[in-house]
Amino acid sequence: MADKLHFSLVSPERELMSAETDQVDIPGVEGWIGVLPNHAPMMTTLAPGMVRVVTGGEEKRIFVRGGFAEISPAGLTVLAEEAMPAEELDADAIAQRIKDAEEDVADADTDDKKLAAQQSLDRLKDLQAAL
Amino acid sequence: MPSLKDLKTRISSVKSTQKITKAKQMVAAAKLRRAEERATEARPYTERMEAVLANLSASAKGDANAPRLLAGTGKDETHLLIVATADKGLCGGFNSSIVRLAREEIVRLQGEGKKVKLICVGRKGYDQLKRLYEELVVWRTNFLEVRQIGFAQAQEIAEQVLSRFDDEEFDVATLFYGKFKNVVSQVPTPQQIIPAVAPEGIEPPDLKGAVYDYEPDEQEILRALLPRYVAVQVFRALLENVASEQAASMTAMDNATRNAGEMIESLTLQYNRARQAQITKELIEIISGAEAL
Repeated sequence: MADKLHFSLVSPERELMSAETDQVDIPGVEGWIGVLPNHAPMMTTLAPGMVRVVTGGEEKRIFVRGGFAEISPAGLTVLAEEAMPAEELDADAIAQRIKDAEEDVADADTDDKKLAAQQSLDRLKDLQAAL
Repeated sequence: MPSLKDLKTRISSVKSTQKITKAKQMVAAAKLRRAEERATEARPYTERMEAVLANLSASAKGDANAPRLLAGTGKDETHLLIVATADKGLCGGFNSSIVRLAREEIVRLQGEGKKVKLICVGRKGYDQLKRLYEELVVWRTNFLEVRQIGFAQAQEIAEQVLSRFDDEEFDVATLFYGKFKNVVSQVPTPQQIIPAVAPEGIEPPDLKGAVYDYEPDEQEILRALLPRYVAVQVFRALLENVASEQAASMTAMDNATRNAGEMIESLTLQYNRARQAQITKELIEIISGAEAL
């Protein structure tokens, strides 16, 4: 039996998921990160996107909107601001978030903020195209 | 000496008060259980966040580029006090004790010649503070319309605080709330949230010689993390406040119910005595009337 990766997904209000998995793909701000068991420790901020959890050949997709991921020897922890299973996500929900993100881009007063907002907007648009 | 009828009305009025306090006590007990559950459910996020932050801030300390949320503005001229209380009364000294603590702090800071600004969360706190410090209140909110306090509410407050910090309206922010120790004891507590105080006593995870990789880099992550940490701390305070309020309310209502019980007892005794006296008086009248014949 190969090693398992302990994955836990927590939102501010409660722990959404805690499981032993084979692989988890997370949407880092600088690109996708595939996390396997015994991954080197790292910390990253997340862009809006799908977290893909693979357990024994089965795949589960969860939408997260921003947050953090921490990989330590104890496993992978995703601190998500908002998370919901992919099945519950529909075009309307995405459209709403795109609208919010567009407003963020318009409101951003510094280049840094604008860039960050634009990045999350792009991610959301990718997601919408994929749906 | 009140008449028999007066006593009867008073007894029935105390009885109905007792029914209300008893019902309120049971409602508070149910709500307390739910509030405690929610506080427990929120714990993993807070704990993980603290662990990450402890890790990051240890390496950022002393760094000249450290984010202002962590390093502060370098002054402590203006203090922002965020006073979180309940929206409703009937919970003993819960609201007053938080307000008292905040007021002592205001007096102390003003005595030192510092400027004070207030944010009031919850209606009761504002009601009590506005008499003396109306002009210090820069923003206020309450949750009368909110059925269950969620992270969204905490975020709204955090945004207010952070945007004021960005505009350099204050240097230090302290949050006042009722810490939930247990059902009988809730401690009004001040907690400094800006500049952020890194949580202490958290062991960094054993990396077996490896070092953390940061993406983008440490500073960026810290910059993104700190505003969230403010929201998380506010959220936790709000949840604890709800639990404390319900616990205080439960105790207060329990006392009221018991008090009403004692009152009913003494009134009933008085009523019976009065009735007895009246009967005796009537008997004497009849007997003396009969003897006179």
